[in-house]
Amino acid sequence: MSANPRQAQGRGAPWNDPKAQPYVVIDHVTKKFGEFVAVNNVSLKIYQGEIFCLLGGSGCGKTTLLRMLAGFEMASSGSMSIDGQDMSGIPPYNRPVNMMFQSYALFPHMTVEDNIAFGLRQEGRAKADVRKRVDDMLAIVKMSQFARRKPHQLSGGQRQRVALARSLVKRPKLLLLDEPLGALDRKLREHTQFELVNIQEQLGVTFVVVTHDQEEAMTLASRIGVMNHGEIVQVGTPSEIYEFPNSRFVADFIGSVNMFEGRLIEDRPDHVRIASDDLGATIFVDHGISAAPGITVWAAIRPEKIRLARERPSQPDNVVPGVIKEIAYMGDMSIYLVQLETGRIVRVTQPNVDRDSESQFTWDERVFLHWHAESPVIVTQ
Amino acid sequence: MGKARSEDPLFGRIVYWWRVLRDTTAFRVSTGIARRVTGRPLVIAIPYLWLIFFFVIPFIIVLKISFAESRIAMPPYSPLWEWVTTSTMQIKLTMSNFGFLFEDALYKNAYLSSVRIAFISTLFCLLIGYPMAYGMARSKPSTRNILLLLIVLPFWTSFLLRVYAWIGLLKNNGVINNILLSLGIIKEPIVMMQTDFAVYLGIVYSYLPFMILPLYSTLEKMDITLLEAAADLGCRPIKAFLKITLPLSIPGIVAGCMLVFIPAVGEYVIPALLGGPDTLMIGRVLWDEFFANRDWPVASAVAIAMLLLLVIPIMLFQYFQGREMRAHR
Repeated sequence: MSANPRQAQGRGAPWNDPKAQPYVVIDHVTKKFGEFVAVNNVSLKIYQGEIFCLLGGSGCGKTTLLRMLAGFEMASSGSMSIDGQDMSGIPPYNRPVNMMFQSYALFPHMTVEDNIAFGLRQEGRAKADVRKRVDDMLAIVKMSQFARRKPHQLSGGQRQRVALARSLVKRPKLLLLDEPLGALDRKLREHTQFELVNIQEQLGVTFVVVTHDQEEAMTLASRIGVMNHGEIVQVGTPSEIYEFPNSRFVADFIGSVNMFEGRLIEDRPDHVRIASDDLGATIFVDHGISAAPGITVWAAIRPEKIRLARERPSQPDNVVPGVIKEIAYMGDMSIYLVQLETGRIVRVTQPNVDRDSESQFTWDERVFLHWHAESPVIVTQ
Repeated sequence: MGKARSEDPLFGRIVYWWRVLRDTTAFRVSTGIARRVTGRPLVIAIPYLWLIFFFVIPFIIVLKISFAESRIAMPPYSPLWEWVTTSTMQIKLTMSNFGFLFEDALYKNAYLSSVRIAFISTLFCLLIGYPMAYGMARSKPSTRNILLLLIVLPFWTSFLLRVYAWIGLLKNNGVINNILLSLGIIKEPIVMMQTDFAVYLGIVYSYLPFMILPLYSTLEKMDITLLEAAADLGCRPIKAFLKITLPLSIPGIVAGCMLVFIPAVGEYVIPALLGGPDTLMIGRVLWDEFFANRDWPVASAVAIAMLLLLVIPIMLFQYFQGREMRAHR
């Protein structure tokens, strides 16, 4: 991972404090199913009060990692500890962890309140105590009036809230959420995302969330762990992951990006220059990277960081001419697909600041693409 | 184009006559019938016709005989109605056949014994079948199909043959006794044939697949993540079985029990072949009444009473099933 000076030094970031005690320690964990390596040598430290998102495509091992934390799968090698206690050999029903399942896994033969009370009854609590805690939980997830319903009488969003209530009612220190918003429609998702964060702050629980949806990870997470082929590729805050991806995979997976292959021709501590046949020009970057000159690198530039101009800008570097081929009007912004002289198509997004359509670019217009020297991210793998 | 058409005199006339035809009552009624008879009702009609011909009509005939008097004649019962004069019809309903069922303790005992034997057999089928179905449903999908085939395999041989095979196994000089004698475990052969034990064994053996199959299908459909959720909430596996798996498999238990209990009550072949003279079951009483006593009216009354006895559990079954269906909708 690049030690970038602009890396977020946010308040309450225990992962940057060497003295902080991690709440969950995953130490060189590998999980094999026969020959297939689902999780490959993963090490992670998750701190109390975090919302940690495991993000990756399907089959990247994120769910297997979560199921190992819950105790449904045993690691082939490596160890896990929660709150300083080693978890190897401890069955799911003895772990200080609760999970919210992707399918919600509500008991279909029980009412909403019985579903929520199930975990408390296993502890042999007094009836009145169970009653009170179930009622409190129902109030938190705003489901009090549905207490007597059966799961099949609820909508998807209501079921999701019951599942959340059931997994929170035992006040676990660690809550595992498997694609918590997967089954909800877009409007409901956005609403629930903020609700989840509110509840998390209210109860002070540590969340580990598995998702394939980068938007979900961005809005929920305090930190994101990007996974690919069973390995953790990068760990960082959402803005670190977005602005400073450490590989082509991460840059490509999170948001959209224009990736230019090139050769490192000038490598100084304060700037580098990359010759890119892809772009048909050299790219000037205003910070150094630690790599041997002459090697192949990739420059990743986000679409919103490229500007369009009718006249050639005065800056000496990072200017390329092109022709607008496609325009997608999105309301708040427009997406332009611009063809360079090399034939390469570049994606550019521009906020629609003016309502006046005169000033906007149009099809087949010749434009100049330009960007700041700090904008490109250089990745070597 | 539409305008040009309506101006065409021939087209106009066709439209006119079509309207006239369409408005006649006969046309409306006949298309209404045609619409109703086609499609779904037609598909449903086939099993209904089957039931009418092979169940309802025979049932009415048996019901008729049960109200007749026994006679030594052809047929061996009195007619239900007679023309006394050309204008007077005499209908004679003999109730004594049903009264007889209450008078003679044989019938009451046979009914009770049938229900008892069927009940105990069903219980054993459930106790043996549940673990088998559970094991099948939780095995690997590839082995699951083989196990399922093994359950269905006995149906490929005749039911009678299979019951006869048990005679060969159970009789005093049969396979089981011979093995035990030659091993020196027993001195005298154990009497197993013509006992209640043999009847229970025969019924449980024959009807076990009818218990396993519905249980298997409900257990197999069950979502395993529910058990994971239970474990996650601190529930140990045995308790999770009692709290989650068992309640969710009730529809399968009910279906399996009905499929075993109902035919077992009226079972004739198994008690006749494996049971002793004192194994009293209503199926055998019925047989004796028809063929040994040639008292068709009493035999019919026994049959009607048995039917009523069986219809009640079927209706209960339907009720439970209907409620279950509504609950999962």
